[in-house]
Amino acid sequence: MPERTLVSPQDIQRALVRVAHEIVERNRGASDIVLVGMQTRGVPLANRLAATIQGLEGITVPVGSLDISLYRDDLSSLSLKPTVRRTDIPVDIAEKQVVLVDDVFYTGRSIRAAMDALIDLGRPQSIQLAVLIDRGHRELPIRADYVGKNIPTSKNEEIKVYVKEVDGEDKVTIIAPGKEVTDEND
Amino acid sequence: MKTIEPGAGIATPDTFPPPPIAVWQHRHILDLDDFTREEIELVLDTANAMSEVLTREVRKVPTLRGKTVVTMFYEPSTRTRASFELAAKNLSADTVSLDASKSSVTKGESLIDSLRTIQALGADFIVMRHSQSGAPYLATQHVNCSIINAGDGWHAHPSQALLDIYTIRRHSGKLDNLKVAIVGDIMHSRVARSNIWGMSTMGARIVLCAPNTLLPRYMENFLAKCQLPHISIETDIEPALEDADVVMPLRLQMERQQSGLLPSLREYIQLYQLTTERLSLARQNVLVMHPGPINEGIEISPEVAHGAQSVIEEQVSNGVAIRMALLYLIAGGKNK
Amino acid sequence: MSTTLLISGGRIIDPSQGIDKVADLLITKGKIAWIGDKSKAPSQPDLTSIDATGLTVCPGFVDLHCHLREPGFEDKETIATGTKAAAKGGFTTICCMPNTNPPLDTQTSIDYVKKMTEIEGTVQVLPIGCITKGRQGKELTEMNELAKVGVIGFSDDGDPVSSSRIMSMAMDYSQDLGLPIIDHCEDKELSDGGFMNDGWVSARLGLKGIPKAAEEIIIARDLALAQLTGAKLHVAHVSTEGSVELIRRAKEKGVSVTAEVTPHHLTLTEERVMGSQLTYDTNAKVNPPLRTQEDIAALIQGLKDGAIDAIATDHAPHTLVDKMCEFGLAAFGISGLETALACLMSLVHGGQLDLKTLISKLSFEPARIIGTRYGELGTLKAGCRADITLFDPNKEWIVDSQDFVSKGKNTPFDGCHFKGRVSMTILSGKVIYRDNSA
Repeated sequence: MPERTLVSPQDIQRALVRVAHEIVERNRGASDIVLVGMQTRGVPLANRLAATIQGLEGITVPVGSLDISLYRDDLSSLSLKPTVRRTDIPVDIAEKQVVLVDDVFYTGRSIRAAMDALIDLGRPQSIQLAVLIDRGHRELPIRADYVGKNIPTSKNEEIKVYVKEVDGEDKVTIIAPGKEVTDEND
Repeated sequence: MKTIEPGAGIATPDTFPPPPIAVWQHRHILDLDDFTREEIELVLDTANAMSEVLTREVRKVPTLRGKTVVTMFYEPSTRTRASFELAAKNLSADTVSLDASKSSVTKGESLIDSLRTIQALGADFIVMRHSQSGAPYLATQHVNCSIINAGDGWHAHPSQALLDIYTIRRHSGKLDNLKVAIVGDIMHSRVARSNIWGMSTMGARIVLCAPNTLLPRYMENFLAKCQLPHISIETDIEPALEDADVVMPLRLQMERQQSGLLPSLREYIQLYQLTTERLSLARQNVLVMHPGPINEGIEISPEVAHGAQSVIEEQVSNGVAIRMALLYLIAGGKNK
Repeated sequence: MSTTLLISGGRIIDPSQGIDKVADLLITKGKIAWIGDKSKAPSQPDLTSIDATGLTVCPGFVDLHCHLREPGFEDKETIATGTKAAAKGGFTTICCMPNTNPPLDTQTSIDYVKKMTEIEGTVQVLPIGCITKGRQGKELTEMNELAKVGVIGFSDDGDPVSSSRIMSMAMDYSQDLGLPIIDHCEDKELSDGGFMNDGWVSARLGLKGIPKAAEEIIIARDLALAQLTGAKLHVAHVSTEGSVELIRRAKEKGVSVTAEVTPHHLTLTEERVMGSQLTYDTNAKVNPPLRTQEDIAALIQGLKDGAIDAIATDHAPHTLVDKMCEFGLAAFGISGLETALACLMSLVHGGQLDLKTLISKLSFEPARIIGTRYGELGTLKAGCRADITLFDPNKEWIVDSQDFVSKGKNTPFDGCHFKGRVSMTILSGKVIYRDNSA
């Protein structure tokens, strides 16, 4: 199946810089923000946002990681369990604005699980959502506050985000299965 | 003529990050003799994540919500049973604990019938401890629930061995080439057997130390047949402890002396008790472990049991994390 | 069916006469008439002809050791079902052990067995009487009485005679009767609490083992007593290399001892307990336990050089409840009558034992140990009772315990592919079993 690059490394970087600006603007500064990256690729993205914000405001925004494996709603149907990675949030999130950071926003189920996890961890003042790619097809009433790029897709396509810290390069690709050819002999 | 509707018949990509390629092959946890190194490491890594959950204010995650874990103990136990029940509760499962001494077992109900009844009541997991070696294997042949062996006779105690390995890893990083001395009643010890399998898979060198009457006569043949080369046997405690990185005395049951396997507890203590003096033969940063419950003053002196090298209490807390990891890893799945 | 049968075209193997040739055999009025050429056969209109082409024809098998469980344990087996199973296995004479309830320690209980055999039995059943009253190991039974009633020997099987004093007295007392004392040799103090052979498998599975010495000690004791008293000793179900050696040396010294071995001890090792996965298979739980490859080799050698005289099944049927439980709690025993031949044929096909020796150990030799009080058994000599087994040495089949005629489905051979199957069993000139499988 052909894999096509949709977003180049430079465009990814530009989108992240813009999102960082938007976060600072919306929250009127960066003093009580906590960035929480969703395992796995959300974590390096959150780190990059923190670096940009550091450059803008001179403030070190704490970055945490969140693994939502234990909050999935589909565990009963999986025979192979996802590896549970570290959840590590270095500060108390009470009274803070938590910004969840994820690479692809699709049905919204991951974010629902993430919100459950955050609420188990403390009582943030607000939870906001920053995503690199929004591909549509929401199944739950959840929206993103900050979107890097909108990419409309159909359900049988797959969006793959490559992040340098995890995959060795930055890019976003789409994998679209070709249309099936009908066989006259059927 | 066939047409394919977009989206129909083609699996939609998972909306969560996709699960990794199969490392895990187990529906039950019976013993460590069929665990690969990757599988053991998966349990340890998952336990790491579970440990973090245990540090929270609210020590609960919804992972096993709606699942039922039944503990069925035919032998008394406080720590293992409580550990499994807490592990299940922390994952939001419902737990039921059955004590065989107070159940219909006293009316003569067979093990298979008891298990079938528990299955009919809706158990997803059965955690069982039994005095007969092999009982959990019988269970897997007669019920569909996932069976976790919490100790069967002299044979196996896999969750204990896993938490032992986890404890060592937390302190020493890897187990490769570490010298682990297991001292005590090897013959009757399911903890020793499971650790033999698990620790040697993880690369440790093991020394089993016991008087001859407490060692299976054909232990060496067993080790040779099962290709476990880095395990040796000692009847003398001093060479066993020399340069050991981990020392694990085993509980000596009083019945062993009563059934004549030992002339007296006094002699056992003289030859095998882990004292501060004997411990000094081991490495400086040796870990002192014990599967519990401890007979202070018999296999281990109180000073060593509560000394700086002892990680015995940590083993207990690690036990909850390991058991949470096991429940998580074998939960559910229709595609078996 | 007429009383004249002609079995033609089979390979007739009769160790008692040293016969091994393709020939025909005529039976008249329940007795063997001759072995020769069918052209000699009388032209009677009511002559029944049996085509034995491709089959082996031999004396009906004689089992020295089998448990029929009746009276007292009819849920495990009855004389009716046990003898049917025997017929299916090619056995025409079986000796039943007295560990019934009540045990066969008086004339009354033995009369019962004889009666039931008459009414419901399919094969000839010869009783073995207890050595001690109630098999308690304390007082001798009325051996003379039991001999009069027709026992072919004495045994407390299921248990040994633990007291050397009692065994010595039993041997002294039974001597003049000319009947063997059959001992189940096991030192109970050593074997106590053990469930399988003490070896690497028991070490791995965490099960208490039964050491080989437990058998060898009592065999050595019994041999010394037999030498002392001059009595006839028969050692039941020999299972170890050491035991074979002890018996061999005693025979060389002229001690009056005979010995038997079971089909399962000749073909399975302790590893069978582990099954194909680690299943703690109770179907492999038997006493004496399955041992090692070295023991199997020694037992086969013992058969070849005569240290071991006979093969006996030790058929021990149990109910499902007795076996489908934790290994430590399961009953000891294998239901072996219906798989005996096939299992032993694997040794023949594997080149470890030749067919003539096998047939001898299943017919002529056990008959020799029983003696002639019931006529000449285990032979195809003219004038002897026509007890004949026909089998196909190459027929392939898969064991399915659900097909067993015996009530006992407890076999470690379930699912095994075997080559060799009984085709027909004839007792006293009548066909008592015919294989109808494809």
